[in-house]
Amino acid sequence: MRIALAATCIGDALFPQAPQATARLLERLGHEVVFPPGQACCGQMHVNTGYLEEAYPVVRNHVRAFEPVLDGEFDAVVLPSGSCTGAVRHQQAMVCRRAGDEALARRADAVSRHTYELSELLVDVLGVTDVGAHFPHRVTYHPTCHSLRMIHVGDKPLRLLREVGGIDLVELPGAESCCGFGGTFALKNAPTSTAMLADKVTAVKSTEAEVLTAGDYSCLMHIGGGLSRLRAGVRIMHLAEILASTVDEPAEVVGVAA
Amino acid sequence: MTTTPTNPVFLGVPHPREPLRWGDPFPTAARESLDDAQLRRNLGHATSTIRDKRARVVGEVPDWEELRDAGAALKAHTLTHLPELLERLEENVTARGGVVHWARDAAEANAIVTDLVRAKQADEVVKVKSMATQEIGLDEHLASEGIAAFETDLAELIVQLADDQPSHILVPAIHRNRAEIREIFLERMGDAPAHLTDDPAALAEAARLHLRRKFLSAKAAVSGANFAVADTGTLAVVESEGNGRMCLTLPETLITVMGIEKLVPSFEDLEVFLQLLPRSSTGERMNPYTSLWTGVTPGDGPQEFHLVLLDNGRTRALADDVGRDALRCIRCSACLNVCPVYERVGGHAYQSVYPGPIGAILTPQLTGVQSHDDPNATLPYASTLCGACYEVCPVKIDIPSLLVHLRARDVDEDHDRHRPTGWGAAMKAAAWVMSDGRRMGMAEKASAAGRVVARDGQIRSLPFPGSLWTGSRDLPAPPKQSFRRWWKENR
Repeated sequence: MRIALAATCIGDALFPQAPQATARLLERLGHEVVFPPGQACCGQMHVNTGYLEEAYPVVRNHVRAFEPVLDGEFDAVVLPSGSCTGAVRHQQAMVCRRAGDEALARRADAVSRHTYELSELLVDVLGVTDVGAHFPHRVTYHPTCHSLRMIHVGDKPLRLLREVGGIDLVELPGAESCCGFGGTFALKNAPTSTAMLADKVTAVKSTEAEVLTAGDYSCLMHIGGGLSRLRAGVRIMHLAEILASTVDEPAEVVGVAA
Repeated sequence: MTTTPTNPVFLGVPHPREPLRWGDPFPTAARESLDDAQLRRNLGHATSTIRDKRARVVGEVPDWEELRDAGAALKAHTLTHLPELLERLEENVTARGGVVHWARDAAEANAIVTDLVRAKQADEVVKVKSMATQEIGLDEHLASEGIAAFETDLAELIVQLADDQPSHILVPAIHRNRAEIREIFLERMGDAPAHLTDDPAALAEAARLHLRRKFLSAKAAVSGANFAVADTGTLAVVESEGNGRMCLTLPETLITVMGIEKLVPSFEDLEVFLQLLPRSSTGERMNPYTSLWTGVTPGDGPQEFHLVLLDNGRTRALADDVGRDALRCIRCSACLNVCPVYERVGGHAYQSVYPGPIGAILTPQLTGVQSHDDPNATLPYASTLCGACYEVCPVKIDIPSLLVHLRARDVDEDHDRHRPTGWGAAMKAAAWVMSDGRRMGMAEKASAAGRVVARDGQIRSLPFPGSLWTGSRDLPAPPKQSFRRWWKENR
């Protein structure tokens, strides 16, 4: 398959390890990965903060970057993020319609039908759960709200993680509770966000995991920021980084613990 | 009720001038609640208990999703045919001996009820728990007119005795534990047994004895309604304690105040909602008491029945084709119990009688938002958009999407008034960068400079507004190389 990688703005700018791992993983599985260079962001931050007018050019840029999928230039678009996938499926067309651009709304909808979150692409489209990964560490998984309740990935990430060689996967108590990130909520309602974060950090620590993983670097940045502030000694890694890790090319769990 | 508070337990929320706008913006009120350790403990315990109960009884129903679809469709249909259905309701209530009154706002509704009670020469009324009468501040208005309104629902009684405000739609005293309730009864009830313990059965018995006299002596009762059937003129109240049944049957006069959105078209529609409501709200398969009445029945129950139909901002909400979905709400409060924000801050932080996720979309629509200084303008931002509320809503209100819609309305007003804001400038600049791959690449190059403020790969402190983040979390240093650059150099 020829797969276009949407790196996500946060992956591109702050956590390049997630799109890098996504590319390495898909290439290892025998697929061709392309990076449409015009891409920038899906528009979610603007939409969720209420700036729908400002979101319109951002969405237009995303649709333009990935609409070659409609002409068969690539077979699918992969997003290593549940919330960006949710924005592509449930927000982009609405933003275009609100801006009076019905033609773009239809193209956005069409592109969204070829767009998959990483675990969806692997399990539903490529039909694999054992991706040949090896990661001999104690890991706990946080199902992010949008992957769980907006795009309904269900247990796909866990099915992928369970097949990873050497992994010691432990259940996160209260896993389905929000970590308190919520984009600009973390700034506009910082004390409430922090109260939610405190409970999530406590739950993560109780698992005695070395690594906290999730399908979204935005939520990981939030929980990781709390773990780091408390010098908790737990590292954050995207699901893609664990799945990309192999016996020959192991991902390192070193450096600064989150 | 004139006892001077001697115990900090009574430091409840003072009566707000406007029941839908208590005064503080959400972030300010939330910060206060977060510091209350007792409240956090009470709430954490209560919400997780109700949450688990609900999940259990909903899980038993094989066609729950179909029921939700039916509930949503019936309410959506009702809202698009509201004028005809309301007229049909009025016709049928009148034909069966009731009297229908129309109230545009809280002041009109309060005046109608006051006049009706006065006409009966009554200076006391007993009350069934009702959100509509709380929304209009009826108890306080009646008190100012020399009429005492006695709340007869146990939790409402607790709130009333403590001179407090409810903090939950269904469990108004959820912020109180039983030790606090015992204190309130001993200090404020007047006739509580001296050796009252905090055993729930003992507390309920004390309340029962206290209320019994009121039920038997009151000439008039005031209720809300869970549903009204347009085709038959039938009203319905769903409850657990039986206090409602007493109020609805014993006094000579019954006055029901109901929001105009509480209608269902036909009697058989109730079968959908009477399944959805108890499982969603109290986590019961069926509620203990469902009272239905149609007009007046000679020789049986109240001989005078008045229905006050309340608008109070509902037609304003109805005019918004996205926002109107909030009017489907059947006040089950399932969204409060699953909300991670509500669980931490409690109901008072929402500064309205409608707290939680539903309050965040309903309150600002009912009141309208005057300006940025209007505390209700902060409510749509009181959510992480985690989606737990939408998942449990029995009438499928897409609360996260409505929150985003109301945020957009708030922002649009700034645009319309050409009012520059810090957020607006930041969002505009971000949109310029994020709508072009090259500009994004240049911004990433520039942001790598942020590495100089990092220690051990983490930024631990930033000046305002970055401090809003670094106040409680670290921020990773920007990478040496963005993904975009790495790709260019490695592929």
